[in-house]
Amino acid sequence: MPDPILQLQDVRTHFPVEHGFLFKRHLGTVKAVDGVTLSVLPGEVLGLVGESGCGKSTLARTIMQLLPATGGSVILEGRNLTRGSAAEIQAVRRDLQMVFQDPFASLNPRMTVYATLAEPLLVHRVCPPAAVRARVAELMETVGLAPRYMRKYPHEFSGGQRQRIAIARALALNPKFIIADEPVSALDVSIQAQILNLLASLVRRMHLSMVFIAHDLSVVKHISDRVAVMYLGKIVELGPAADVIERPRHPYTRALVSAIPVPDPDIERRRQRIVLAGDPPSPLNPPAGCAFHPRCLFAQEKCKAAVPPLVPAGPGREAACVRLDEI
Amino acid sequence: MNLAPAVPPPSLSASDPAQLESGHSLWGDAWHRLRQNRLAVAGGAALFVLTVLCTSGPWFLQASYQDQNLDLGATAPGAAHWLGTDTLGRDLLVRLLYGGRISLGVGLSATFVALTIGVSYGAIAGYVGGKTDILMMRLVDILYALPFTIFVILLMVFFGRNIILLFVAIGAVEWLTMARIVRGQILSLKKMEFIEAARSLGLSNRRIIFRHMIPNILGPIIVYTTLTIPSVMLLEAFLSFLGLGVQPPMSSWGTLIKDGAEKMEEFWWLLVFPGSVFSLTLLSLNFLGDGLRDALDVRGSKD
Repeated sequence: MPDPILQLQDVRTHFPVEHGFLFKRHLGTVKAVDGVTLSVLPGEVLGLVGESGCGKSTLARTIMQLLPATGGSVILEGRNLTRGSAAEIQAVRRDLQMVFQDPFASLNPRMTVYATLAEPLLVHRVCPPAAVRARVAELMETVGLAPRYMRKYPHEFSGGQRQRIAIARALALNPKFIIADEPVSALDVSIQAQILNLLASLVRRMHLSMVFIAHDLSVVKHISDRVAVMYLGKIVELGPAADVIERPRHPYTRALVSAIPVPDPDIERRRQRIVLAGDPPSPLNPPAGCAFHPRCLFAQEKCKAAVPPLVPAGPGREAACVRLDEI
Repeated sequence: MNLAPAVPPPSLSASDPAQLESGHSLWGDAWHRLRQNRLAVAGGAALFVLTVLCTSGPWFLQASYQDQNLDLGATAPGAAHWLGTDTLGRDLLVRLLYGGRISLGVGLSATFVALTIGVSYGAIAGYVGGKTDILMMRLVDILYALPFTIFVILLMVFFGRNIILLFVAIGAVEWLTMARIVRGQILSLKKMEFIEAARSLGLSNRRIIFRHMIPNILGPIIVYTTLTIPSVMLLEAFLSFLGLGVQPPMSSWGTLIKDGAEKMEEFWWLLVFPGSVFSLTLLSLNFLGDGLRDALDVRGSKD
């Protein structure tokens, strides 16, 4: 097996909740990301799913070093980013890029497409100034935009086109690793497939590795090699995408899988769906033991006792549930 | 300030026959909307005319603002002196134009001082955040609490009466509001994804502030600037009125109004002309500011 390009070891991102200024009262800690360990192989796409507020985006920003990790380490190709100096992180930026969720907010409205795409090229001196224009045109073609639009502003494009510009910007520095934070959830359904296909083909063509974040397994299924399911800051299930979706082991994954609509009205009408009751608990005050137990169909007294660790659950699979063998 | 390499516009070389479609910048749209606003255009035109008259007018007039003609005394407007003369026989038109130089000069330069300090201070406080932000903004609160008049009087007493000091004193007070406005805007902008994107591209903080943030808050800054100029001019008039500002024989619109007010029962023109010109200026600035606010308000426009 090749060495992983990205390793996360027990990554924690906690936010203190404080009141008052100068003399702060500590009210608690939001454990947005709480001990995530996983790795991504070169050329692999890892889908990261979970409901809103489970820490997916915080994890993405922690990997990107936009938020400081409060514990653990993020290692990209052997370089530990959490302990890197500002200059080292700066160097890693070229290899690690991000596509954001909302293409209406992720592009500077005062900059033309040309200015947006040329900026990283000039700042990082990726190519000689004379070649910038050609490189911008090339980037635009790569993501399926006509270079003749390079002098237009973001507000003159549709959501899908804007997301293409954002992808082109992420590709400008020739990164090795891309984090896509729900890149299609702000788009019309008709456009989603186009952007998904674009990302999938770019990963293949440019030998990229990617963490693809979504809150919906059906989106992740098409693009990912492996899937990680996150609940309240922790990974609860990890494994090959098709395998996890066909045979989910963790009760939470089962609920997520059962939420995928079946494109056949007869089956759809008859099948039993697992509907989770209630909202996810507050990360400020998570339930004791397994964080999922208050909503779990299979919960027992022992689920409240201790936080279940991720344990092997079949070939290439892991799950965090004490009743794995019983349910 | 040495900003990192500015992004040059793409050069349209003949080697590339593909036509580039040019876009509508938000600035272009705002300019278009501004021109639709008649009051704002009229205000802008009036200001332009006043500025040209005050800067170049005195060159074409023989009289100086301090030429007295005690034998003449105060005369009503007429052919020799279009706006009349004051009790010392000085031509009011000349004094009005020279006064305009001072008033507009104070307005522009003190606003410039306020703008420079306020924008950088507010941007840094908002962008850095945390304890720095708290400390910087508490300092602003403290300065806000100082009564302005006492502050200026103290400055004048310690450093003597001086036009430059007047600019500085007014600018030093007016930047407070600008700093608050800019900080608030930067705070809300900081959470935007395009700022996070700029950080993940590894851009320097300075570049993020000056190329990504400030261009996006120029709207409120410009609008507030046009509203600061009149308030600065009023302050100057107020200080001159108290005798703390411009000293005779120099004139500013403030001192002319003060002198006119003292003698208005006998010589009405000494109050009416300076008063109308000053009011016209303030009104024009306010109209222009309102027009700019409407034109630059992106929320109301397509997006």
